[in-house]
Amino acid sequence: MAGHSTYVPQNKAARWLEKRLPVISLVRGSFVDFPTPKNLNYWWTFGGIAFFVLVAQIVTGIVLAMHYTGHVDMAFNSVEHIMRDVNYGWLMRYLHANGASMFFIAVYIHIFRGLYYGSYKDPREISWILGVIIFLLMMATAFMGYVLPWGQMSFWGATVITNLFSAIPLVGETITHWLWGGFAVGNPTLNRFFSLHYLLPFMIVGVVLLHVWAFHTSGNNNPTGVDPKSDKDTLPFHPYYTMKDLYAIVVFMLLFAWFAFYAPNYMGHPDNYTEANPLVTPAHIVPEWYFLPFYAILRAIPDKLGGVVAMFGAIAVLFILPWLDTSRVRSATYRPIYKQFFWIFAVVCVVLGWLGSKPPEGGYVLASRICTAYYFIHFLVILPLLGFFEKPKPLPASINEAVLEKNGSGQPSGAVAAPETKS
Amino acid sequence: MKTLISTSVRVAVAAAFVGMAAPAFAAGEGPHIERQQWTFSGPFGHYDKAQLQRGFKIYKEVCSSCHSLDQIAFRNLGEAGGLGYDDDQIKTLAAEYTVQDGPNDEGDMFERAAKPSDRFPAPFPNRKAAEASNGGAYPPDLSLIAKARAVERGFPWFVFDAFTQYQEQGPDYIHGLLTGYEEDVPEDVEIPDGKYYNPHFIAGPAIGMPPPLSDDLVDYPDGSPTTVDQYATDVSAFLMWAAEPKLEERKKIGFRVMIFLVVFASLLYFTKKKIWRNVAH
Repeated sequence: MAGHSTYVPQNKAARWLEKRLPVISLVRGSFVDFPTPKNLNYWWTFGGIAFFVLVAQIVTGIVLAMHYTGHVDMAFNSVEHIMRDVNYGWLMRYLHANGASMFFIAVYIHIFRGLYYGSYKDPREISWILGVIIFLLMMATAFMGYVLPWGQMSFWGATVITNLFSAIPLVGETITHWLWGGFAVGNPTLNRFFSLHYLLPFMIVGVVLLHVWAFHTSGNNNPTGVDPKSDKDTLPFHPYYTMKDLYAIVVFMLLFAWFAFYAPNYMGHPDNYTEANPLVTPAHIVPEWYFLPFYAILRAIPDKLGGVVAMFGAIAVLFILPWLDTSRVRSATYRPIYKQFFWIFAVVCVVLGWLGSKPPEGGYVLASRICTAYYFIHFLVILPLLGFFEKPKPLPASINEAVLEKNGSGQPSGAVAAPETKS
Repeated sequence: MKTLISTSVRVAVAAAFVGMAAPAFAAGEGPHIERQQWTFSGPFGHYDKAQLQRGFKIYKEVCSSCHSLDQIAFRNLGEAGGLGYDDDQIKTLAAEYTVQDGPNDEGDMFERAAKPSDRFPAPFPNRKAAEASNGGAYPPDLSLIAKARAVERGFPWFVFDAFTQYQEQGPDYIHGLLTGYEEDVPEDVEIPDGKYYNPHFIAGPAIGMPPPLSDDLVDYPDGSPTTVDQYATDVSAFLMWAAEPKLEERKKIGFRVMIFLVVFASLLYFTKKKIWRNVAH
């Protein structure tokens, strides 16, 4: 990925390989020598964290698939078989179920970091759009994964979500039947969801590589939003960011382990420990927590098709975000008004999540409508106008200058470390 | 000043939403359930073998006349982190039950004494039969009931639960339900014939199950009090084990994992710090 390394391997075999397939210099250029802004804070570690969780999901998922049975009569019991009889099956399943939540936690922080620091702006639009595609693929994967244990919430969640497609005029019903593979959610639906749930994560890996390739071509954004201007502004990725990311990943694993070992069912719904029964509808059908803001938007619109359009629109608007934000200043650090709107937007998203978990009645509906309206106003009105009305703070001349100013210029500016050459 | 304004805007927005939300939605989240003390709660939680054995006795002598326990085999009662029966006890216990097997060489199904590898036989052949014998109400399978029932905690309790590792909503609910029957039905509540009044029932307050427990109903060889409250506590603990038989192993491994991660993270932190020591950032 953007491997402009001038590295020549010392080892003869490595040189032989390099001449025929330059993977060594590619990896070296992308993840060892790659010049990275030296001022990245810990919010920048969540990309690496998300990638770690993705790999963990694939590993635990492949093991689970060895013991799972994708049939409506056996799926629920095969999951219990994993929990009770497979060696460390409970561990694999709890890691996988909580790993989905961890993936969304990491990705949501990663997205909001991008929103705060303007990482979606020129020249990183493609990287941002690829990120939104990853987000969509993740949502599809997580949704289909939640159906596989074939509990009550699996079945009714699948029923509600697939029924959304019936809102499409004229062809809606045909599409819904085609998705189901029948006239209701049933065995063909479970089978194809299992198949796709296994396929999509590998597509995510592919898009992640494109995502990384894109921002390695443009270079990383950084908390100042100012492009690196000289070698003083950057550090080689290794060992500086490999170690920083690794440290952050292990701290994140503490959170992951907390839930997987001590509160494994905290983020799940109790109804999913009852086997699916098409004749009994649960009192409240709620999706997993990470879908709740979108679920609230879906239900805020009184019209079925309108709700579906708003829900998908809430994600679609992210695709055009790079062109909706008219400000040329990237980082919210230098955008005093945007900074305030960013936090209001963040609060609105959390409140939407909470509303999504509540029954659609009374004050909840009104609150959902206000928040939904604000969600779109933020992107479609506030961001386009803010670029014209906001007066940004003066930008630092370079990353190095911003760092020196922050540190009270205690360090000599030339002290870019090379620990391995010192001592 | 800027930060002050920005903070106050944030607080005001948050307060507006919470204020808008709170009064309108405070009530009607479900029955109130008393929290109980459990040996299996918290990071060092473990099952109390004697309690599980007492709870199993309740299941065997009371619940099992209507409720199945499909996921549990007799052998499970001897597994580590569970009831602690030895092989002979399990063989004897299994032999008390009769299960259908077959077909044999003549092609006929036949009945035989259960073996440790068999699962608990269900009291009814199918769901319809169970409903027919219980006034149309289906007595649910109890293997997972301790994880399949929970009264929603609502904001802000669910936030605290993530930190306190509160995972015992199920047994708390079962205990609340079993001890929650009331003779006097309030005037504004209508209980149909053949149903019973239980304000702790999650889909209630009318429940099809008659009060299953009464004082001195089951003998306790270990001298524990033979009260409804004690029975309810013991059978709830047993059902938690049935739903989560690997709980002890999970929490034990979890503790080691946490220690390892804390040590590993500190080492990485100092390594990272050393690598970055000459870089202003």
